[in-house]
Amino acid sequence: MNLDLSDSELAFQAEVRAWLAANVPAEPLPSMDTAEGWALHQEWEAKLAAERYSVVSWPREVGGREASLIEWVIFEEEYYRAGAPGRVSQNGIFLLAPIIFDHGTPEQQARFLPSMATGEKIWAQAWSEPEAGSDLASLRSTATRDEERGGWILNGQKTWSSRATYAHWGFGLFRSDPDSAKHAGLTYYLFPLDAEGITVRPIAQLDGEAGFAEIFFDDVFVPDADVLGAPGDGWRVAMSTAGNERGLSLRSPGRFCAAADRLVELWKTHGDAAPQSRDAVVDAWIGAQAYRLFTWGTVTRLADGGEMGAAGSVNKVFWSELDIALHETGLDLLGPEAELAESPWMDGFIFSLSGPIYAGTNEIQRNIIAERILGLPREPKGVQK
Amino acid sequence: MKFELTEEQAGFAEALGDMLTKADTVGAARAWADGDTAPGKAIWKRLADQGVSALIVPEDDGGLGGSLVDLAVAHEVLGFHLAVGPWIETSAYLATALPAGDALEALAEGALGTVAAPPHVPYALDGAIADQVYAAGPGGLASATAGTVHGSVDTTRKLAEVTAGQDAGARDLDAAFDTAVLACAAQLLGAGERVLADSVTYVKQRKQFGREIGSYQAIKHQLADVRIALDFARPLVLGAALGEVPVSAAKVAAGDAAYLAARTGLQVHGAIGYTAEFDLSLWLNRIRALVTAWGTPAYHRGVVLDSITRSA
Repeated sequence: MNLDLSDSELAFQAEVRAWLAANVPAEPLPSMDTAEGWALHQEWEAKLAAERYSVVSWPREVGGREASLIEWVIFEEEYYRAGAPGRVSQNGIFLLAPIIFDHGTPEQQARFLPSMATGEKIWAQAWSEPEAGSDLASLRSTATRDEERGGWILNGQKTWSSRATYAHWGFGLFRSDPDSAKHAGLTYYLFPLDAEGITVRPIAQLDGEAGFAEIFFDDVFVPDADVLGAPGDGWRVAMSTAGNERGLSLRSPGRFCAAADRLVELWKTHGDAAPQSRDAVVDAWIGAQAYRLFTWGTVTRLADGGEMGAAGSVNKVFWSELDIALHETGLDLLGPEAELAESPWMDGFIFSLSGPIYAGTNEIQRNIIAERILGLPREPKGVQK
Repeated sequence: MKFELTEEQAGFAEALGDMLTKADTVGAARAWADGDTAPGKAIWKRLADQGVSALIVPEDDGGLGGSLVDLAVAHEVLGFHLAVGPWIETSAYLATALPAGDALEALAEGALGTVAAPPHVPYALDGAIADQVYAAGPGGLASATAGTVHGSVDTTRKLAEVTAGQDAGARDLDAAFDTAVLACAAQLLGAGERVLADSVTYVKQRKQFGREIGSYQAIKHQLADVRIALDFARPLVLGAALGEVPVSAAKVAAGDAAYLAARTGLQVHGAIGYTAEFDLSLWLNRIRALVTAWGTPAYHRGVVLDSITRSA
């Protein structure tokens, strides 16, 4: 048992650190959920991609450098330590790409992955519907077969679709067989958000910015070439994404360790005025270290061929609550200055509040932990139409 | 980079666990509380024979030369099975503190040793029945004699006042204290795991309103939170054993997780959990005692704060 990095891993770390030090913008970019910020974040993605840093773990032919899982964690640690910009391409890279690798055709891989890696095409996830949130499989948006044109006709409404305001493509589940049972009869589709029949309506989030959107589908044609996985197999295909979203890939430890380090710095300057925050500062730092070490354990297991499985739910509840605690403590230390609009701690806090809700609410995660890890009996379900 | 137990370590834990599962540790603990130490000492000897006492004693000094990870692994099993006797004092503190010699060798071979290390450890656990008693202070480590014995919320813990005698010579007492803190954290982790396991078993079998109570989300979510707390405390204990984080961080997290397990375990058991007769009570009281043993959470948070404000 050891946490030592190999010589090549240390060399990779040094290379990444040096590149980030030379290239990370000195001033934070404007929010990616504004037109100006969006363009600047796309430019940053292109800059990363030029050095194959945008998708380090991907194969070389689609823009990566075939980094190992350990190197990926190293990259993420360095990325957050350097205070580099948020990843506007995150949903495509982390949520969709793993599915395209596993379930996509070679043609789809060649068509979609390179432009995702460069940030030229940004993807938005279209899963939730007004009546299908935690109970995702009850979704009602439909896909109807169009034999003549060789594809499907989408109708319905998706909502809470992050980045959809400015994104280029969407991915989501539709009910392609109205007669089959709930989880069966769903199919996974890819569609350009400027397709005929699609209307995107931005929704302002808690911070006032249009970070997500509703998407309306009115007879939108999707060719067979843009169906991901087999028709009717959408639920199984999508659930491999859910594991990624909850688990390792979305929230790397570097993010929390960097925030905890900033919190300790804030304590040094503000702690005298807020001594009651001492325990919270310490617990936030301990939590970030726990997350870092836990992640190395997960990486070890995955590298040995293990699977994330329901452990992703343990991970998700922990990081989402840690993220809020970290930022709440920062705000406590800032005292009456905390509410100022220019405070990065407030931005981080508002963002952290979404953590226990998206990617499967923490209540759903606790059900998964209780039923699949602890082996407690499933709860009887309500009557469904 | 390989952050998981080696096959040898996992096998060691399994072997200790198997032995203790068959050994009626609960019966021995209840006897120990009543003043009959014979069953507990018999289990002590078997654990010593499996190498727990000698685990981190250097090979040149008659020990096994094991790592702190090995020690943490063993103490998690001890906590899980409610082992009685001064294990933290013998196999962690004194194994680190005592210089090479007859006393250390005797402990490695299975003698019971204990120590008071004020202010954090004002009494010597089992001082009245231990083979070797010490007092640690600013002047170093001294042989000691046990005096008045106090009871603990954990009735298996008999806490003796000590009077220091002759200097015993010592290696690094700070390192010894840290090693004991690590062992204590590992025991808390094991005790928390046990309470969670027993609570899960109970809520799967107990029915109210025509359903297993474990099918209700009010129960599920509390137990899920215990699972999460323990899962994130373990890497800190192992990380502290590797020197990645201060042992104080491990003690805080393991103490919080075990305490959450205890509070939750009691709540989901209801009134039966609140009885002395039901074995759960032994773990609940053990956890309460260990949370403040070898440094309170407040003390250890202070240590962590010092280390991060110095280095950051």
